[in-house]
Amino acid sequence: MTAQKLLSTVGFYALVVVIVVFSVFPFYYAIVTSFATGTELFKVNYLPKSFDWGNYESVLGGRNFLRSIVNSVFIATTTVVFALFLAVTASYALARVRFRGRGLLLMMILAVSMFPQIAVLAGLFELVRFLGIFNTPWAMIMSYVIFTLPFTVWVLTTFMRDLPVEIEEAAIVDGATPWIIITKVFLPLLWPALVTTGLLAFIGAWNEFLFALTFTSSETTRTVPVAIGLLSGASQQEIPWGPIMAASVIVTVPLIILVLIFQRKIVAGLTAGGVKG
Amino acid sequence: MATNSGGLSLLQQRQRAAFWFIAPMLAALFFVAAWPLLRTIWFSLTNTALSDLYGGEFIGFDNYLSVRVLESGRWIWRGTLVDPAWWNAVWNTVRFAFVSVFFETILGLIVALVLNAEFKGRGFVRAAILIPWAIPTIVSAKMWAWMLNDQFGILNDIMLNLGLIDQKIAWTASVDTAMYAVLMVDIWKTTPFMALLILAGLQMVPRDIYEAAKLDGVNPVKVFFKITLPLIRPALAVAIIFRMLDALRIFDLVYVLTPNSAATKTMSVISRENMIDFDKFAYGAAQSTLLFAIIAVFVSLYIWLGKVDLSGEGQK
Repeated sequence: MTAQKLLSTVGFYALVVVIVVFSVFPFYYAIVTSFATGTELFKVNYLPKSFDWGNYESVLGGRNFLRSIVNSVFIATTTVVFALFLAVTASYALARVRFRGRGLLLMMILAVSMFPQIAVLAGLFELVRFLGIFNTPWAMIMSYVIFTLPFTVWVLTTFMRDLPVEIEEAAIVDGATPWIIITKVFLPLLWPALVTTGLLAFIGAWNEFLFALTFTSSETTRTVPVAIGLLSGASQQEIPWGPIMAASVIVTVPLIILVLIFQRKIVAGLTAGGVKG
Repeated sequence: MATNSGGLSLLQQRQRAAFWFIAPMLAALFFVAAWPLLRTIWFSLTNTALSDLYGGEFIGFDNYLSVRVLESGRWIWRGTLVDPAWWNAVWNTVRFAFVSVFFETILGLIVALVLNAEFKGRGFVRAAILIPWAIPTIVSAKMWAWMLNDQFGILNDIMLNLGLIDQKIAWTASVDTAMYAVLMVDIWKTTPFMALLILAGLQMVPRDIYEAAKLDGVNPVKVFFKITLPLIRPALAVAIIFRMLDALRIFDLVYVLTPNSAATKTMSVISRENMIDFDKFAYGAAQSTLLFAIIAVFVSLYIWLGKVDLSGEGQK
């Protein structure tokens, strides 16, 4: 019996190790590669052998990559602020006020967030051209509303549903209007939820590729994913793996740090999306 | 309840406020989602070109299917519905979606069960599995493209050393393996998301059920299939549909990892290619409209058959 127990414990921890190695190894290997230059790059090294910042210098030295980072930060931040602004009031109404068609409306919002983005690409392209914002950050900011807004409304609605009724009733008895209830009563309680939702929406906007690829045409307006996706060398055969890995590490490390800091909240925010029973 | 201004009841007053709270969001969604969708459908019924968006004429369903009878009596069919490239993309997408979601569900379930157990270092493991999720898809695609590189890739090196293969494989370039490469990266990247959703469902299962089963000496495997699985079924159903919808619209990973490979080209990739790169704007619009229709039918069927409550209203 004890032998069996020992065996199952060993087996369990072996499984744990496999899960961790599989999760972490590709990123670890990207870091190892990002520090390798020259011929070192074309040897398979399981452990870091060289510490050469050359790849980082060449990526950051090229003006356009820094420009892409600035573009991405600006686009993602603006989109998220706009989405949260609209979502706070809307999700209050959806979570706390009973009205006919509420369930249908929620389903519609969910449907939009699950929508294949390619289905709106032609129409959005026309809209972007019509508004004269092609190849500017505004094209992305406008189109990213299509997934950040439904997502933030949806998650904030599930958060607001869980706030105790008593607080709101007390405020109503004191004569507070819905606007006062949102800004003075709920908003202070919602800060953690807002940070989580905002962060998740930010990551979504930061990673978006299809719209950013279609609505930009010059290197200076590219976002980070497009810049990395299209980073190429002198010829088709000569893919600059070192700089690509350095660029990947640069844009991923801040995300990983943020995700690890907000770990618990992110898990709560992700799962608030629908798994409630 | 206290009387309110204007003779409105409290509920009416709140409903009126709710309307004004929701209106801006709906307006924004109409502007960026509903209107562009309608325009896409309209474009699919015209012969609009990318360079001249307003010069198109209405041509009915010719982008989907049209027939012309030649003088010799031969029938010529044209349109997406008889385009082998389109059906190849449909097949690629469906195959990708089912295989990736299948493996992500199984692996996600395993990871979730591990994380649901109490052991030292659980927080560390949970942090570790968040890393693939946090890495942007394009970055994952590039990282894996490098690992899967035919000459210098570490994966070929590992497999050669282990004796699993006897010669280096061009994972992303070869027609036979390109789909495996895409599946590999997608499963690696998305299993954590699946695991977290399933874990949330697992944590709702009361612990005393397990205690009782343990006291009765029920086999753990039986506990899993008879108790755990039925109880997390709703959570699992929602997780699967979310993943499925995401998989059916996949674009970025395929576009970057296996560019221009007929073996992996999905519906999203081929639609964009026609719309933007090949200057067959209306034709691409027709293809993206079809993708939209396929997904809409799929979701309706799934909700109808599975009686899945997505809105979360039922539990309240």
